[in-house]
Amino acid sequence: MRCTVCRGQAVIDIPRHHSAFCRDHFFEHFRSQVRRAIREWDMLAPGQRVLVAVSGGKDSLALWDVLLDLGYQADGLYLDLGIGDYSCRSLEACQRFAQEHGATLHVVAVEEQYGLPVPQLARANRRATCAVCGTTKRYTFNRTARQLGYDVLATGHNLDDEAAALLGNLLHWNVDYLARQAPVLPARDGLVKRIKPLYRLGERETAAYAVLRRIDYVVDECPHAVGAKELLYKEALNLIERQSPGSKQSLLFGFLEKGRQFFGIYEPPPLRPCAECGEPTTAQVCAQCRLVRRAREAVAALKPLRRDAPADGEEER
Amino acid sequence: MPPAQGRLSPAGSVLSFKRVRAVRVHLRGPRRETLELAGRRTVAQVLAELGIDPGTVLVIRGDELLTPDVVLGAEDEVEVRPVVSGG
Repeated sequence: MRCTVCRGQAVIDIPRHHSAFCRDHFFEHFRSQVRRAIREWDMLAPGQRVLVAVSGGKDSLALWDVLLDLGYQADGLYLDLGIGDYSCRSLEACQRFAQEHGATLHVVAVEEQYGLPVPQLARANRRATCAVCGTTKRYTFNRTARQLGYDVLATGHNLDDEAAALLGNLLHWNVDYLARQAPVLPARDGLVKRIKPLYRLGERETAAYAVLRRIDYVVDECPHAVGAKELLYKEALNLIERQSPGSKQSLLFGFLEKGRQFFGIYEPPPLRPCAECGEPTTAQVCAQCRLVRRAREAVAALKPLRRDAPADGEEER
Repeated sequence: MPPAQGRLSPAGSVLSFKRVRAVRVHLRGPRRETLELAGRRTVAQVLAELGIDPGTVLVIRGDELLTPDVVLGAEDEVEVRPVVSGG
């Protein structure tokens, strides 16, 4: 297979673009898609400080790498979820990347902040681990970015992530989410501006970029992701994509260009400071404070809570 | 060891012995295993035989990525790495 640009040996084919690229032209393709995303959605201005939420996986480390490569002042934030060996290996991957690139990495541990790691926080609340993890990440990323004075928070969501989220929101007609689903969420009332510069790139492209850039990322998935709805939506979309390349892009880009406007009537609910922590919330007390409070109550009621017991699906260290 | 093919004499002893060159395929992710596939075939054929959607993986040989048309053989060793993440 030949590179569409130079006719040299291709290293990756991208059926939805009817293209294949050699190593150098794939990097150029990757950078140009990120530059285009940033420009079209006014994501980052020169001189702005951006905090990249990194997990040690392919997407977030590829994002950190490309932002540094494009000359942005990008630092990393790793949230240690306390998921056994998986979290240890993820932290090591982020630290390795930071060291090799001479970049700044901030590390925040969930257990230090909230008293329990994510799996136990979920157990104590009798909720799915992924749901508690999502709430904790959103809360901690925003608070940390604002406290450290960053202008923008960047996440590694790619085209596949966004298309799967859109499919899920459409299946359940989550109109509030549909109104807000975009590659940029502007800053408002204590929420730091959030951007998704990889939304034009599929996850096969982000993985290829990471491999070709020799980024040593964690390949294995989080043990709690097994059976997650997002994976089901991705499977369905991949089935369609295989028969009809470009379907995922068409779904997402078509929604952003034509469909999203119809959900504009659903105004985001007003935000106010949480009565307990002061972070922005739509309720009297924010979701994170409620999680922590219920966990404390569970710990008090079940004393002694076996904090050393592994959560479901978690491997022993 | 690569798989071998032999021809047996009527008495059952091996008359001639020919090694069949095999592709070693290391599957990463949930299907973590190593397979040996005898004979030459393309990357696309390997994935089709294993029932893997080519849009959900990278096929890696050493530090190079392989496109679907690359012919594997001669004791090639490749990694099939899933790219789908989520949760």
